[in-house]
Amino acid sequence: MPSPTPRASASPDTSGAHGSAPEVLTGSGAIIRTLALLGVTDVFGIPGGAVIPLYDELMTQDVIRHILVRHEQGAGHAAEGYAAATGRVGVAIATSGPGATNLVTAIADAYMDSVPILCITGQVFSTSMGTDAFQEADIVGITMPITKHSFLVRRAEDIPAAIAAAYHIASTGRPGPVLVDITKDAQQNLAPFIWPPKLDLPGYRPITKAHGKQVQAAAQLFVEAKKPVLYVGGGVIRAHASAELLKLAELTGAPVVTTLMARGAFPDSHEQHVGMPGMHGTVPAVLALQESDLIVSLGARFDDRVTGKVSEFAPNAKIVHVDVDPAEISKIRTADVPIVGDAKDVIADLTVAYAAAAAETTPDISVWWSYLNGLREEYPLGFSEPSDGLLAPQYVIKRIGELTGPEGTYAAGVGQHQMWAAQYIKYERPNSWLNSGGAGTMGYSVPAAMGAKVAEPDRVVWAIDGDGCFQMTNQELATCTINNIPIKVAIINNSSLGMVRQWQSLFYDGRHSFTDLNTGHGTAMVPDFVKLAEAYGALAIRVTSADQVDDAIKLALATNDRPVVIDFIVSRDAMVWPMVPQGVSNSYVQYAKDHAPTWEEE
Amino acid sequence: MSTHVLSLLVENKPGLLTRVAGLFARRGFNIESLAVGHSEIEGLSRITILVDVEDVPLEQVTKQLNKLINVIKIVELEPSQSVQREHLLIKVRADNATRSQVLEAVTLFRARVVDVSTDALVIEVTGDSGKTQAFLRVLEPYGIKEIAQSGLLAIGRGSKSITDRVFKN
Repeated sequence: MPSPTPRASASPDTSGAHGSAPEVLTGSGAIIRTLALLGVTDVFGIPGGAVIPLYDELMTQDVIRHILVRHEQGAGHAAEGYAAATGRVGVAIATSGPGATNLVTAIADAYMDSVPILCITGQVFSTSMGTDAFQEADIVGITMPITKHSFLVRRAEDIPAAIAAAYHIASTGRPGPVLVDITKDAQQNLAPFIWPPKLDLPGYRPITKAHGKQVQAAAQLFVEAKKPVLYVGGGVIRAHASAELLKLAELTGAPVVTTLMARGAFPDSHEQHVGMPGMHGTVPAVLALQESDLIVSLGARFDDRVTGKVSEFAPNAKIVHVDVDPAEISKIRTADVPIVGDAKDVIADLTVAYAAAAAETTPDISVWWSYLNGLREEYPLGFSEPSDGLLAPQYVIKRIGELTGPEGTYAAGVGQHQMWAAQYIKYERPNSWLNSGGAGTMGYSVPAAMGAKVAEPDRVVWAIDGDGCFQMTNQELATCTINNIPIKVAIINNSSLGMVRQWQSLFYDGRHSFTDLNTGHGTAMVPDFVKLAEAYGALAIRVTSADQVDDAIKLALATNDRPVVIDFIVSRDAMVWPMVPQGVSNSYVQYAKDHAPTWEEE
Repeated sequence: MSTHVLSLLVENKPGLLTRVAGLFARRGFNIESLAVGHSEIEGLSRITILVDVEDVPLEQVTKQLNKLINVIKIVELEPSQSVQREHLLIKVRADNATRSQVLEAVTLFRARVVDVSTDALVIEVTGDSGKTQAFLRVLEPYGIKEIAQSGLLAIGRGSKSITDRVFKN
């Protein structure tokens, strides 16, 4: 944990005659001191009227790097990317009113995906609150449904405890966003700085250690199962439990599926990994869940995009449900063995319990594996070349992954390119895949990649973005250029809101209502992404054919003095396959259009 | 649907009621009645909520309530294991012709008259909802002008307290 450097307003005063008396700081000074003492080294934000006092203090110190974003949503997603890449709490700062409301999308996103972020917003003077003052918004009220918790601070002396509690809540139990709204007078007033503050959270006691009997019951079901599957969710990544998962998987020999949020939690190259389940999952992964007799859910939440029609989901499976959040257990599907606890601890305990149980009962899952291996052989992940002769988006994304390798970090936007990036990039390590899974926030990619690059400057960080998403948050390229944050952006430019277009093609008789963005092949190309990227000071490359793909990616990988944007003009007809259409059973997974695999009938 | 009584021990913090009420609204549950007041421990409040919901979604809403940082404890109070009371103030028409009959009803229901005027009475009554509803039915013919009703209050029978074991860990 870095300690504050000896600056006038940012260090404990030990030289004076009153060495034992607490130092008196402004509320703003207390914010910064508290963040520094919590170990925060980077924050993303943009000043405004209600946070000028805070920014005045920020200028006087160099413990915390402040990155000036161009839009508060960018600060929020950058904090998310920072957190998702490392597990450390990401911090975003905004002013009152519209500054704070611009954070709302990122907060909602972090809430859905359990990302630990701390949002600090300025509030109007406490004496003006409730009067519809200039730039006043009840941001605590607005964000109540989408924060893990929030604090409104009106007094300077309450600042250290509020921020320390917020940080603690954001980063423990099921992680999530916490907002601290601080009035301008609280920032300006003086108060003794007392550290550590007393955390008074009698109602907050996250359970991390699981009940031993439940773990044994789970192990017993596991050894008896003929068709078990490890259903791995994003909780395994948040809990840093990949090493434990690998041990459990190898001991049990069970197939592993990693959800959209869990890509990288288990190595894609591992023989037991059968892919991503869900609406666009691989056929073996979808059917591994659907036809199993035991689902061991680890930090997953039976999202509708994974289960398909819930009443028909995995009809013969018993459920072991491990989650740190008791409210997730039996929310969608009733668990036979509910286990509340931290994934890291529970998986380790379950591994021990399994070994003990397996000594008495010899598990046999060979028939199950021969079925799944048959599916793998028959339905490998693949794509066909687009009939219009244009570049296949899947090929572009695949090559980015292959040329960059598993040490890279990949942040996707939302839509077709996100699914292809989840499918065609091979993830070998946790925290290498960042995306907006639950909320599905278009515009996540560029700022999240920026945040990830700030957190881990030595990694190659790609934003795999769509032409629609990119137009929502590309202003942060200015932030990247000015602050030397050389991310690489791959725009998978199909000139469309591609996923909506795909649904229109499949389910709305090809009526492509307002999904044409005119950025790609054969259009006016507004905006011209190459010109736009150049205007932002990035290296801009346009790629229109397969033979240019590798050179462009290699040039991007070799360029580290500025951001790189590659405008990959791809076919708009490419679709994401396999697909389980919405509202039907997973048994109806389609490998490609009108092509459903055979599966065992009940 | 079935009615459940939830008793919440909560920190007395600004916005707490919004958090609790908002959670019910988000999950699509209607709060039938709500009573909030201080508990025996300083800084802690007690909320009694009457909600109409099936058992399975009730478990979900209880778990979600438990996740609220300022909520310390939740118990469901079964009617047989608890004392449950409503408190009503009723303004009923009562002139010289009807006053004695109204007063007779007041006596029968062990209610109390708390204000008298020439053409109306204000009556206070306490009891479970069966009793208060019956009382209202009896008063109905005389003309009920106004009702102010508290939310349901409930407390478990016996010596145990909701605050037992709250601060041990």
